[in-house]
Amino acid sequence: MLDALTLVTGVAALLLAAWCGWAAYRDQPTKDWHFIGMAVVSFLAVVQLVVGIVQLARGEKADQGTAIFVAYLIGAFACVPAAGFMSLAERTRWGSVTVAAGGVVLAVLEVRLYDIWGG
Amino acid sequence: MTTVEENLDGTVAERPKRLVSGPGMLLVWFYGVMVVGAVSRSVYQIATEFDRAPLAYSLSALAGLVYGFITYSLVRGGERARKAAQVCCAAELAGVLIVGTWTLVEPSAFPDATVWSDYGMGYVFIPVLLPISALYWLRRNRTVTP
Repeated sequence: MLDALTLVTGVAALLLAAWCGWAAYRDQPTKDWHFIGMAVVSFLAVVQLVVGIVQLARGEKADQGTAIFVAYLIGAFACVPAAGFMSLAERTRWGSVTVAAGGVVLAVLEVRLYDIWGG
Repeated sequence: MTTVEENLDGTVAERPKRLVSGPGMLLVWFYGVMVVGAVSRSVYQIATEFDRAPLAYSLSALAGLVYGFITYSLVRGGERARKAAQVCCAAELAGVLIVGTWTLVEPSAFPDATVWSDYGMGYVFIPVLLPISALYWLRRNRTVTP
């Protein structure tokens, strides 16, 4: 369950990065549709956070330790919303680049989460 | 350029120049990520296994502090913050190069990796690319004194 969710969130994050990268390439700021995309990815990260904590509560163990696992879950959850707010403050192509970078960072976090959980 | 505005009473007030417009926003994002990464990592490692690699973990903590200060300076803006950030970015670049070389020459001094090991290879070389682009950005934004 958690592994599938990690995979889906990672792929969605990369798609978001490509989409916002495309917007930046065309010299456009992030628009409503992009924010809906960010909301979808953030929602996946929230589900992942909840599922991860439930798994821990049910007595399962993360390979590399509970503290690191929870820290990465929180980081993954905060990543895209933070980039989204920054793109609200920067209404140029550079706001789009920031969200694209946020997507890439989230994808990296998902890879690390997969290792930490020990998939 | 520093924005100069005239107040109602005729005095001239200078607003601090923004350093986070355009590409600056992307820099703040990456610095923010590095702050979270370096600080949380070193706090965890110092709290749980400091004796294993005290040097490596202390260096990670120092890197986190430097990143934090640069992020704050960028967000704050203004000429003085710009200069302070410039000094810190130069120190950061020096740190990456020194620690990077050190880890390659004398791996035994580092039982565990730091943020700056192997020039930041574990972080897709962002630690070495970031100060270079930040220095370029800060230099472009300097106020030309008449």
